[in-house]
Amino acid sequence: MNDMRLAERTVDTQGKPIKFSCRDVQVYYGDKHAIKDVNVDLEDKTVTAFIGPSGCGKSTFLRCLNRMNDTIDIARIEGKMILDGEDIYDRRVDPVQLRARVGMVFEKPNPFPKSIYDNVAYGPRIHGLSRNKAELDGIVEKALRGAALWNEVKDRLNETGTGLSGGQQQRLCIARAVATSPEVLLMDEPCSALDPIATSQVEELIDQLREEFSVVIVTHSMQQAARVSQKTAFFHLGNLVEYGTTDDIFTNPQDPRTESYISGKIG
Amino acid sequence: MTDAVSAGPRRVGAQGATRKSLLVADARTRRRNAAETRFKAYGIVAIAIAMLALVFLLFTIVRDGSGAFRQTFIDVPVTIDAAIVDPKGNRDQKDMAGVLTMSYGSMLEKSLETWVAQNNVQIEGLGKADYASFYSSQARATLRDMVLENPEIIGTTINVPALASSRVDGMFKGRVTAESAEIDARTSLAQFRLAEAMEEKGALTTRFNWDFVTQPDASDNRAEAAGLGVAIIGSAYMMLIVLVLALPIGVAASIYLEEFAPKNRLTDIIEVNISNLAAVPSIVFGILGLAAFINFMGLPRSAPIVGGLVLTLMTLPTIIISTRAALKAVPPSIRDAALGVGASKMQTVFHHVLPLAMPGVLTGTIIGLAQALGETAPLLLIGMVAFVTAYPSAPPEGLFEPASALPVQVYNWTQRADSAFFERASGAIIVLLAFLFAMNLVAIILRRRFERRW
Repeated sequence: MNDMRLAERTVDTQGKPIKFSCRDVQVYYGDKHAIKDVNVDLEDKTVTAFIGPSGCGKSTFLRCLNRMNDTIDIARIEGKMILDGEDIYDRRVDPVQLRARVGMVFEKPNPFPKSIYDNVAYGPRIHGLSRNKAELDGIVEKALRGAALWNEVKDRLNETGTGLSGGQQQRLCIARAVATSPEVLLMDEPCSALDPIATSQVEELIDQLREEFSVVIVTHSMQQAARVSQKTAFFHLGNLVEYGTTDDIFTNPQDPRTESYISGKIG
Repeated sequence: MTDAVSAGPRRVGAQGATRKSLLVADARTRRRNAAETRFKAYGIVAIAIAMLALVFLLFTIVRDGSGAFRQTFIDVPVTIDAAIVDPKGNRDQKDMAGVLTMSYGSMLEKSLETWVAQNNVQIEGLGKADYASFYSSQARATLRDMVLENPEIIGTTINVPALASSRVDGMFKGRVTAESAEIDARTSLAQFRLAEAMEEKGALTTRFNWDFVTQPDASDNRAEAAGLGVAIIGSAYMMLIVLVLALPIGVAASIYLEEFAPKNRLTDIIEVNISNLAAVPSIVFGILGLAAFINFMGLPRSAPIVGGLVLTLMTLPTIIISTRAALKAVPPSIRDAALGVGASKMQTVFHHVLPLAMPGVLTGTIIGLAQALGETAPLLLIGMVAFVTAYPSAPPEGLFEPASALPVQVYNWTQRADSAFFERASGAIIVLLAFLFAMNLVAIILRRRFERRW
């Protein structure tokens, strides 16, 4: 499998601190070796895009970053994933605490069938982030503002979250993830179920979120990766083929596989 | 030349085949459409048969059973003769209690005789025996209880509706006719004529009979007095036990199996066996209950506690299966969402998954309860078929006292000879169906209330 790896990867940190440092990560689904020897350093306050053809393992890798793969019985993860100096797969780590620091937004908007307010307030409530109602109101408002949704929903916070449009629902899910003030925000194809207008709103939002969080986004759309990310990682058949600044990856790919994917020959 | 001629029309035909008019259905389409029409017709016929069967069933039950809710009473003034009810004249409760119900019967007979004389009713062959058997033997006991409770009515003439015997009652429900009365040992043509005359003068009335749902069962020769009171209480107690035990155990088991348990051979075996248990004949649960709860644990026979435990065991698989189906139907994206914001597994289940599964859980529970309410066979084995005339006390003590159950009461009454009991059995079925209907209504309302879209 080592021959599939690119020997030299230029990892330019651009002076930003490293948030997530992954070393020799292997993921198995039963007998299937889904992620092979992935080494990657994800920067703080940066949007990192994972691109690659379907089934290349980019979503699998993303779900490792907040241990969502723990819910799959047959998944097995090896290697080190270090968040701010602590290995998140250490036996002492409770995934519940981890997930409050590493939030996640899913492909399909999945608001709870509760009010908009309760959707956002759920995370802070279960983590005990507020002492009283006023504080919680403040957190909810900040999160909804952060997700660029406040102006649209401020008058109907008690209406059900599932009654919003698709794009609004996805921004609500982002607000819900932001409400626990995570350090890293994982997004698994957040725009694939949205129309172009909603997509551009979410992309704009992702750009704003970069100021506060480290954002990792999995996307099928290379244009989207080019638009929103500063760093891009290209996955192919479970290998991290190439990782670098988005400009480099798209204009000057080092690996022939990256080049053929970007030019539309594979994938 | 011949080739060309023969080729010509063939080509035209071939062209026609490729470009057919849309206005004319071809043979294949017609066959397909006919098959579809036939299938729809089969469906409609099947539904019609089912509906007819249901209508027929309800019609016969209502026809046979509605009589049980009406009862004939004799409105004739009765003089409470002090010489009979208080022979010592001291109004002492103990002495008065020594007077048997038989003596009260003679007062009732006398009042009827007086009425006949006063109204100048002439009936051929009307004898003492006809007066005596005109009243239900329950009527004497009721009168005696009344006198013992209010001794001040002694010596006065009171106007209390007295229960007529089941034969007299039957005359007004079509069960007893002049022809059948003539050959019946327990009534006579003279009695029939007397009843007619009394009804004409308003001394016999048939009215709604609350006693049917409030009074306990009565013995074989007092069909007119038999009621469902104890059976309803017994059934209610058992439903209470089933609800309190089966709902939490069933839901907890399903949540564990569906959300927490590892998927391995052991859980597979458990799953298969739960499904199998749902198909075990109920009488087997009765034998189990007899062996485990009565013989081994020494719980009392005929008690709602034992019936409730047996029915709990029977209901558990139903609740578990439907709860698991409801949990499975909750979209996984909701679990992801909750886990994604850092909820623990248990928070995910109790804050999000279970509330969304609630309509299914409640429907399953109420269907299970309804099934348990109508279950007869296991109750026969644990002695709930006994003749119980005393109300059990309030729970929790009452759960250990003998009681009957609605379906068992139906079974019991259909065994008895007097055709009045057949009417009462049908009436009991109406009550049972009313309870089942009410439970299903509750299920529908709860489902509507908890239903959420996502």
